[in-house]
Amino acid sequence: MPRDAEIRLRDRLSRLGGLDLLRGARLSGELERLQRQLDRIEAEPTDEEIWRSVELARHQDRPYTLDYVNRIFEDFFELHGDRGRGDDAALVTGLGQLEGRTVAIVGHQKGRDLKERTTRNFGMAYPEGYRKAVRVMELADRHGFPLVSLVDTPGAYPGVAAEQHGQGGAIARCQAAMARLGVPTVACIIGEGGSGGAVAIALADRVLMQENAIYSVISPEGCAAILWRDAGEARKAAAAFKPDAAHCLELGVIDGIVPEPEGGAQGNHDEAARLLAAALADSLEELEDVPRRELRAARREKFRSMGVLA
Amino acid sequence: MARIDVSIEHKHAPPEPPAKKHPNTCPGCGSHYRDDELEAALRVCRQCGYHFPVKARERIGQLVDPMSFEEQAEDLRSADPLEFFDLRAYKERLAEAELATGLGDAMVIGSATIETQPCELAVMDFSFMGGSMGSVTGEKFARACEHAAEAGVPLVSVSASGGARMQEGILALMQLPKTVVAVEELHEARCALISVLAHPTTGGLLASFASLGDVLLAEPGALMSFAGPRVVAQTTREKLPDDFGLAESNLRFGHVDAIVPRPELRMTLARLLRLFGSD
Repeated sequence: MPRDAEIRLRDRLSRLGGLDLLRGARLSGELERLQRQLDRIEAEPTDEEIWRSVELARHQDRPYTLDYVNRIFEDFFELHGDRGRGDDAALVTGLGQLEGRTVAIVGHQKGRDLKERTTRNFGMAYPEGYRKAVRVMELADRHGFPLVSLVDTPGAYPGVAAEQHGQGGAIARCQAAMARLGVPTVACIIGEGGSGGAVAIALADRVLMQENAIYSVISPEGCAAILWRDAGEARKAAAAFKPDAAHCLELGVIDGIVPEPEGGAQGNHDEAARLLAAALADSLEELEDVPRRELRAARREKFRSMGVLA
Repeated sequence: MARIDVSIEHKHAPPEPPAKKHPNTCPGCGSHYRDDELEAALRVCRQCGYHFPVKARERIGQLVDPMSFEEQAEDLRSADPLEFFDLRAYKERLAEAELATGLGDAMVIGSATIETQPCELAVMDFSFMGGSMGSVTGEKFARACEHAAEAGVPLVSVSASGGARMQEGILALMQLPKTVVAVEELHEARCALISVLAHPTTGGLLASFASLGDVLLAEPGALMSFAGPRVVAQTTREKLPDDFGLAESNLRFGHVDAIVPRPELRMTLARLLRLFGSD
């Protein structure tokens, strides 16, 4: 690992230790476990650990957006439809309350059983989904509601109708809408952060990732199929492009890692929700008193500086 | 025991792949051109109108007033933060691409005039690693937006790219929001983005700045889709329409403002620059 990257990582870790994770600790009183997680993050994840993240991020029992929403937000009211063409069940939006404050919520939604998976299109949204998200973001901006965005998608849906309805443009305009918001925004990758379909709703002031979530430019299978010419080499691809939370933190792509219950979020939805709620509330608290213009300027500056040059 | 091997593979061997066509042979009608003929024709087939790919510097030459182009940020080069290695090292691919194209990355930016109208240009080159967008391309585009805003002139982008550069992993994906916020700042400075989509403009490009132009122009026959036809066919097993993702179908569905044949592009851009520039 290059030296300056290591320094940056340590710097971020100390910030993280002071903020996001300790907030969880204050609530849970499980400092010891969190310290172990910090140690793990500090240690370079092995190829095996990266692949384990890929498996856990896609685990069929992992909590999905609505599992968290129902546990974290009071009085959740779902908002439907893009006001133009349809209602995309792969991306849910709504209003709810977090610690007594109304927030707007957008998030990808996968399905639990075969029937729901089909309805939800496996969490792969159409342009209609992203247009619905834009509508709810603008609503949040109008009324001063902070925005919480939960990311969990293999990617935007690659289909004929999706293309005809303008998939690329919808994803671009969803990001642009987030760049314009004057309210605090927090995104958390809670499972799969698959490519453009994920970043569409992740241009936020604070981008968090759950410990076992993944965030990547392409699926491991897709990358393997193109670069190795064999989708079976997905493990090698994942090890090469490093979609795990620790690497994303190191590269400056995310701002914090949200701890999961021992063994992964799939084992204990309530505990996972409690840890996520604490991290979300903490991030929103940090952003609460920042004036609109500063919030937007800092958000843009953060994404403006993404990337590594020689 | 003696074994008799019967060699029958040749019966089932896949048919010989068709001999690779010369790059100057038109895939549309089979007409063949000398390089200077093709260059003089702006790389458009005189028989059938097929648009051959154009490299970044040649494209700039086609569009701007002679000697007016001043390149910026040409010394930017990609780092290899992931130390990415697939079948070959990313560093090696980069070095090879630079040798083959004479470019530092898949985008060339700079200031110029088109029919005396000042503007900023950001032109992509598909021959540099499939025009893929990594940190350098994202940075160059963002700088082009900033230069345009500073000078108070419109930005003309010409995209030709397969999407984000996988070898830069998540940082390549981050070039989407990066270029999106750059366009937002450009627009707040009340400068226009005129986005020209050449073949192909797919994936991360269509999901970021290329779609955010105040005006979107496409070249005839250009593929512009978020997911490529092969991915769509494999994932969904849908039957793809013959014009799937092509500029012509995108015009019909309302995703571009116009399809502009290459010989009219310079003139069209000049018209738009005049319309946007007359305060």
